[in-house]
Amino acid sequence: MAGAIARWFNERAPGLAPMYRKHMTEYYAPKNFNVMYYFGSLAMLVLVNQILTGIFLAMFYKPSALEVFPGTSEAFASVYYIMRDVDWGWLIRYMHTTGASMFFVVVYLHMFRGLMYGSYKKPRELVWILGMLIFLVLMAEAFMGYVLPWGNMSFWGAKVIISLFGAIPVVGETLVHWIMGDFSPADATLNRFFSLHVVALPIVLLLLVVLHLAALHEVGSNNPDGVEIKKKKNEKGIPLDGIPFHPYYTVKDLFGVGMFLLICAFIIFFAPSMGGWFLEHDNYIPANHLVTPAAIKPVWYFTPFYAILRMIPFKLPGVLTMFGAIVLLFLTPWIDRGQVKSIRYRGTGYKVALTLFALSFISLGLVGAEVTAEAIPMIFGANADITSIENLFGRFWVLVYFGFFVFLWVYTYFGLEKTKPVPERVTTHD
Amino acid sequence: MTKRVFFSIALTLSLLVGAVSAQAAEGGAELMSAHVNLKDKASLQRGARLYFNYCSGCHSLHFMRYSRMAKDLGLTEKEVMNNLNFTGAKFRGHAIAAMHEADAAKWFGKAPPDLSLKVAEKGSDYVYSYLNSFYLDPERPVGWNNVVFPNASMPNPLWELQGLQVAEKGKAEDGSEVVEHLKLEQPGRMSPEQFHEATRDLTAFLTYVSEPAALKRESMGIWVLLYLAAFTFLAYLLKHEYWKDVH
Repeated sequence: MAGAIARWFNERAPGLAPMYRKHMTEYYAPKNFNVMYYFGSLAMLVLVNQILTGIFLAMFYKPSALEVFPGTSEAFASVYYIMRDVDWGWLIRYMHTTGASMFFVVVYLHMFRGLMYGSYKKPRELVWILGMLIFLVLMAEAFMGYVLPWGNMSFWGAKVIISLFGAIPVVGETLVHWIMGDFSPADATLNRFFSLHVVALPIVLLLLVVLHLAALHEVGSNNPDGVEIKKKKNEKGIPLDGIPFHPYYTVKDLFGVGMFLLICAFIIFFAPSMGGWFLEHDNYIPANHLVTPAAIKPVWYFTPFYAILRMIPFKLPGVLTMFGAIVLLFLTPWIDRGQVKSIRYRGTGYKVALTLFALSFISLGLVGAEVTAEAIPMIFGANADITSIENLFGRFWVLVYFGFFVFLWVYTYFGLEKTKPVPERVTTHD
Repeated sequence: MTKRVFFSIALTLSLLVGAVSAQAAEGGAELMSAHVNLKDKASLQRGARLYFNYCSGCHSLHFMRYSRMAKDLGLTEKEVMNNLNFTGAKFRGHAIAAMHEADAAKWFGKAPPDLSLKVAEKGSDYVYSYLNSFYLDPERPVGWNNVVFPNASMPNPLWELQGLQVAEKGKAEDGSEVVEHLKLEQPGRMSPEQFHEATRDLTAFLTYVSEPAALKRESMGIWVLLYLAAFTFLAYLLKHEYWKDVH
């Protein structure tokens, strides 16, 4: 029976089976993947989760800023209709909100993995660029999703972020009104953000993910040793250090999925707001254009970039620096001229620099999340000058963030890096 | 330079540790711990009774249906309609205040806020502390003030139960007047301990109202985690079995 069905398909679409083999059973992945290599498949899992839960949320959510009772919009009310009256609505929504944050957790780790093992280097520059595009679209997707509940932080977050476009000379102001469809975030903004969030951006995201994987399977996966496994093949043309993706990595990733879901389920069922980090307290208040939240700050995954914006005086330089932080990541394959890929065989300078870069990302995240502003009086006493200490701290880490790229270029362009010999074959695997 | 690097790393680490604890420090005044227990149905029922007798005249719960509350709190339709619903609303309707919002805005300067999500927004400790921190203040329009939310326009609805508190003021470092201590000047119908219990019940009820799903979320979560642990264990065995032949 199964054979008959396979034959039926084979006669009509003879390309399907070879395609399956190319990407699954005959895609040879290095056998030495370590724990850092789980996050790509986990990101795909979260994407599927976001789409499936999103479909159900969109059945009940209403993108309308019209008031249903004084001070509360239909959008806000529909979110709490989902949380209370829709069967399992609370679970679906918590899966979606937790998924949003976990998406960034796995994507940041996935990107850091790329920096650790030089996965952006030749011949994988295109894989990296497509990955960075996914990251950009994901940020837009997350931002617009955050606006939909039309809570007070949604409203003010939208106002602040959209107004960044106002920093563009000449056309800025017009552009802001064009994006919002009004002079302030309003019903028109909410409607178009809903459309972009549930239709346009997911389609772009899916397309980019397909391209990201296609580009990867063209050149093959990198690995913790940074060794090109395609250089050593057996007589059948199969890499000596490669194993078929299916079944070896499908079963291994299945285990990773289990561990990851344990963490997610713990959050969903026991701490869905994560103490205000995943669901912010000020977003339990309906949008109110007359009441500004005590601190307008984005959700945690935007805070490092938001901190860069805040630490740079003047609006336009701040916006440019913030976007520069992302542009430099795009350019990393060309900034880093080193031939050795993996951190295992790179110079001490790179190890120190990458550690500092990771620390700068976390520290800027704390500045952007206003954690430093709250912690400074506790560390330096109640009379401490919060702004100047925070500026000193934040600007130092902005320098470290950008310094990483400058250092990387100088270090590799002038051949200052003392690398260790790279082995011919991959070394360890579990 | 190295000193500065070291300093910054040390600060980062200490900030990471402080990040969670810093969350509670908002708002100025020290908060009391509410210690609500959502598993205690009797406490939730007592809290509901207090809420509908003392709060629901002015505050709405636009996202809370009487019927859902009856089901979750183990009350019958008759009990709810006779003892908790004073507005003539339908059983499946929402618990909306008797007072008209426009009137409320005129009388208090600002309509009393909807309390459906108050605990989600502020935390149970805040609500509990707020309910315990009213004091007489002749300078305020309604004669009341609150330590947790200074210059709140809300009078103490529970004064009969708590009695009347007055503030003992001191001077802050910059010379401004601050409330140092609240003193019970005239006892109410409840002892201070009884009043703490009553406000704890009321806070528990509002915590439930903020997220009705919380009642079953955790008990369900245990089973999900157990299932996932078993799944992960099997996945591990499967991986181990397949990878035996990878050398």
